[in-house]
Amino acid sequence: MDARIGIRNTKSVLFKGLIIFLAFIITIPLIIILLYIIKQGVLQVNWHFLTNVPAPVGETGGGISNALVGSLIIVTMSSIIAIPVGILAGIYLSENPHTKLAYYSGLCVDILQGVPSIVVGIVVYFWVVKPLGTFSAISGSIALAIMMLPIVIRSTEQTLKLLPDTLKEAALSLGVPYHRVILKVIIPCGFAGILSGIMLSVARIAGETAPLLFTAFGNPYLSTAITKPMQSLPLLIFNYATSPYDDWHNLAWGASFILLMFVLLLNIFTKLITRKWNIQL
Amino acid sequence: MEHTVVSASKFNAWFGDNHVVKDVSIKIEKNQVIAVMGPSGCGKTTFLRCINRMHELIPGATAKGSLKLYADEIYTMNPIYVRYKIGMVFQRPNPFPNLSIYDNVVAGYKLNGLKVAKAEMDNIVEKSLTSAALWNEVKDSLHKKGTFLSGGQQQRLCIARAIAMEPEVILFDEPTSALDPISTSSVEQLFHELKANYTLIIVTHNMQQAARVSDKTAFFYLGELVEFDETKQMFTAPKDNRTQNYITGRFS
Repeated sequence: MDARIGIRNTKSVLFKGLIIFLAFIITIPLIIILLYIIKQGVLQVNWHFLTNVPAPVGETGGGISNALVGSLIIVTMSSIIAIPVGILAGIYLSENPHTKLAYYSGLCVDILQGVPSIVVGIVVYFWVVKPLGTFSAISGSIALAIMMLPIVIRSTEQTLKLLPDTLKEAALSLGVPYHRVILKVIIPCGFAGILSGIMLSVARIAGETAPLLFTAFGNPYLSTAITKPMQSLPLLIFNYATSPYDDWHNLAWGASFILLMFVLLLNIFTKLITRKWNIQL
Repeated sequence: MEHTVVSASKFNAWFGDNHVVKDVSIKIEKNQVIAVMGPSGCGKTTFLRCINRMHELIPGATAKGSLKLYADEIYTMNPIYVRYKIGMVFQRPNPFPNLSIYDNVVAGYKLNGLKVAKAEMDNIVEKSLTSAALWNEVKDSLHKKGTFLSGGQQQRLCIARAIAMEPEVILFDEPTSALDPISTSSVEQLFHELKANYTLIIVTHNMQQAARVSDKTAFFYLGELVEFDETKQMFTAPKDNRTQNYITGRFS
């Protein structure tokens, strides 16, 4: 009897040890990637790097200002397109979970989430770039907005579903019309969750390359015209890392470092916001 | 001078095919406390929720028959107006977690976007909280979140929120079932004070509570209004056999 208990205890300890070990293992890839990119990229980054366009082949120096500005513009435009639509669709799904429309649009959201980003790029190329006759920042933004949508919709839906129905009833019983219940009670109460979904979706699209290849296309010069080709960080990394020049490789490492930091900070910031603004029900 | 505030005649309500309120006719007079009791699933809560048109918010819920607030048919009025006039307090305290105590009390004004001067607003808050017997406990922390209060205080905050709209009638859906005995007695105490200005309709599972707080009691069984009478009469000499059985605990 005692021996059997001993064996069972040993198994428990081994099992616990195993899951702790595996939980530790999964942090290793991230740490290695982080350390490597920091090592390669951090020395490239200085004021000159952030405020200048890439130097032509043969000249040293140069920076990534065109990609920084481009990424900022493209991501902002994508957010402007995707966030309102995503939040409203998420509200519909959480408010009317049993309708046919909710079933099918929920299905579409899931499928959209699984569509490879390069396919989104091609579709936008045929729908927007070809009719307009030119690569443009706006087409890139549309492609990224499509990538953003499912994340915003699902996170809004999940957040709002967790709010108790009694909250809505409380507002309705005071004679508050439905649209104001949503705007003044439901959205404020779920704000932290909705916001964190938005930030995660921004972090996700900031690094997307494939949808931009044949939409925003890239641009070696600083451009703020949204109907013209525009550079972005992932495009710059893609183009310069595959070039044969060492100077350009360094530029790509520096840009990788900046992009990684942006995504990392956005994630940390999201965690902080969720903790601080989370409403105690 | 007594007159009828809420009256129903041959009123029916359904959830889909499920007929939950059957041919209910009742006259509720001003400034009285009405207890509505009956076993689970007897339609008492559904009837209550019809009075301020909350019933129809559940998909598949329908209602038919006459239900009046004074002379107006509730089901032809704008539901928003109905809910201004008929407040409601729920089973579980449900203050708005994103609002302060102050804003919770005037939530009916703020959420509806009704413009009220600051001084007037302060006045409403103090008056409503005083009526809900909560003012002394929270007057120094009006700008804390409503959810920091205890369960009983939260429920009184919800009562203050209903009072602030100055309704004709306040509906209570088992208002003390989530509260401890001390909070329960403080809420029951309130009913006596509130009936000077409002008509209260209280759904309760608790017979003792019905006996303690109400002027008149309605007994619902299987969707029918079996008996509606003076509370004292009801608990001492019920006219219907089913009422007799219920209050003596022969079925629940």
